[in-house]
Amino acid sequence: MSVAGQASDNGGSSDKKVAVLGAGMHEWGKWGRPFVEYGLAAARDALADAGLGWRDVQYVSGADTIRNGYPGFVSGATFAQALGWTGTPVSSVYAACASGAVAIANARAQILAGLCEVALVVGADTTPKGFFAPVGGERKDDPDWLRFHLLGATNPAYFALYARRRMDRFGATEEDFAQVKVKNARHGLANPKARYRKEVSVEEVLASPMVADPLRLLEICATSDGGAALVLSSMEFARRRAGGATPLVTVDAVSTVTPAFPNTVIEMPNFSTDSAVAAPAVSDGGVATPGFRPSIATAAYAEAGIGPEDVNLAEVYDLSSALELDWYEDIGLCGEGEAEKLLRDGVTALGGRVPVNPSGGLSCFGEAIPAQAIAQVCECVLQLRGTAGGRQVDGARVAVTANQGLFGHGSSVVLSR
Amino acid sequence: MTAATRVPAVEGWFTTGEDGAAPALLGSRCTGCGTYAFPPEAGYCRNPDCASTSFETVELSRRGRVWSYTDARYQPPAPYVAADPYVPFCLAAVELAAEKLVVLGQVVGGVTVDDLTVGDEVELVVDTLYSEDGVDHLVWKWRPVEVSAVTPGWEG
Repeated sequence: MSVAGQASDNGGSSDKKVAVLGAGMHEWGKWGRPFVEYGLAAARDALADAGLGWRDVQYVSGADTIRNGYPGFVSGATFAQALGWTGTPVSSVYAACASGAVAIANARAQILAGLCEVALVVGADTTPKGFFAPVGGERKDDPDWLRFHLLGATNPAYFALYARRRMDRFGATEEDFAQVKVKNARHGLANPKARYRKEVSVEEVLASPMVADPLRLLEICATSDGGAALVLSSMEFARRRAGGATPLVTVDAVSTVTPAFPNTVIEMPNFSTDSAVAAPAVSDGGVATPGFRPSIATAAYAEAGIGPEDVNLAEVYDLSSALELDWYEDIGLCGEGEAEKLLRDGVTALGGRVPVNPSGGLSCFGEAIPAQAIAQVCECVLQLRGTAGGRQVDGARVAVTANQGLFGHGSSVVLSR
Repeated sequence: MTAATRVPAVEGWFTTGEDGAAPALLGSRCTGCGTYAFPPEAGYCRNPDCASTSFETVELSRRGRVWSYTDARYQPPAPYVAADPYVPFCLAAVELAAEKLVVLGQVVGGVTVDDLTVGDEVELVVDTLYSEDGVDHLVWKWRPVEVSAVTPGWEG
C-alpha cells in the first residue's frame, strides 16, 4: 500500500486520476476482416480483465477508423451495437493517430465529471496493403490529397526528413537507426499481441531496401489490423472493488494538446510550416515557443505533477526507427542531440534505466491507427501491474505514452501504480 | 509535333514564368500582422493574436536553404501520377529566411540525396509534374544552386 500511497502523493493531482480496471487487445496482424471483429474481441478481453460485464458499462468511447465506411465514423455506436444495445451513451472521435488518446480523454472526462463510473474505450482498424494513400476521390482542397498528387510525399517521406536532419545536425548514423529496430524487435519477441516477432540484426536492417533515404523498409512502420480496449472507472468505484492481487493502475494525466503558433516544424500532411515573422524573436523579448512534439508529454507531466526523471518506461510512436530517437528528446529523457548516446548506452533497452517501447513498439506491431494509442496504454498497464512476462520492466511505477496525429493532434498519457 | 500545353497542376500556388519573369511561389501575407502562408490563405490568419481577414497575394523568396531532404525510392500511390517506368525523385523542405517558413517541394530530376546537405542553398523552378493527353501539368521544384550538372526542367 505504501507504494500506491507514494505514487498518489507524487501526483499532486489525485483528483484527476481514473482507475484502469481492464486492458484488452486483439492480436495485431493483417487479415482484412471487419474492424468491428477486432474491437469486439478487445472489448470483451478488457471486460474480462476487469471482471465486469458489458451491462456494467455506462459509457462507450470509440476511436474512429476512416477507411472502413460509415460504421468506422460512428465507432462508439458500432462497438455498442456489436456488444448488444443496452442504451449506453456513446461518443466517436477521430484525431488521426491520436484518436485513441482522445477517446481515453473523453471517457476520463465523463468519469471525472461524475457523469458515469465505468467507461469502455475501444479502437480498432482494418488496413489496406502498402503505403497509406489518402481517402479516395479528387479533392483539390484537401492537403492530404494534394501532398500525394503534387509532391508524391508519402508518410515515410516526412519521417525521413526528420531522420536526415538528425544525421546532418547531430551525426546520427544509419547504424543508430538500425539499432532502434534491433532493440524493438528484441523487445517484441516476448509480446504475444505483436504482429512481428522475429529478431533482426543491424546487417539485416541495413540490407533491407531503401524506401525514403535514410529510412529502409525494416525501419518504417507497417499498416496493421488490430484492436485495443480499456475499462476505466472512477477511483471510488475502483476502491469499492479493491482486493485484487494486482496493484491498481491509474491514468494520472492525458494530454491532447495542439501546436502553439508558430509551429516551425514541417508536419504531415502540410506543404509548409507556419510563418514565424509575426512572433517576436526571443532576443526582442519574445517567448520561445516549444516545438509541438516536445509540448505533448510536457503537458501530461505537468498535469500529473511529475517530470521525465520519474518515468520508468515509455511507449512512443516509432513510425520510423529514427523517429523514436526524436521522441527520447521530446519526452525529456535527454537533451537535444543526445538521443543516439542514450540508445548506444543501452539506457532505453530492457534492462536499461528507462526502457522505451518494451512492447516492441510500432516496429513490431505496425500501426492500427485508432487502436494504437490505446494499445500503448494497455502495455503500460501490464508493465505497471508487473504482468508483462518476458518483457517486464522491473519495478515499474510510472509510465508515459507519446504520440502525434496528423493535423495537430498531440497524445500523451501518464500512468502509475 | 506541336509543343505541349503547359498548365499548373494546382491553381494559384505559383507563377510559371511564362511571361519571361522567374517563377515564384505565391503566398498570402496578412495585412494585419504580416504572417505569410503557403499555400495562400484567404479566410483567416494563423496567428492566434490576429483576427484580420485581409490578405495580399505575394511572391515568396525564390531562394532558400535546405531544412532537410529525402527521396522516394518507391512509386507513391495515386493520386500521384508517376512516369512509366517510375523515376525516383528527391524532396526538400526549404527554409525561406524573409518569410520565416519552410516549404516542401520536389527537387529537380538528376539530383540525388548525395548531392544535398542541410543548409544548402536552393532556388525555385517550375517543372513538369506529369504529362497527360498532350498537356504538361506543372509544379514548383527546388534546384540546388551549387550543383551545375543538374538537368534543369525550368524553361523560364
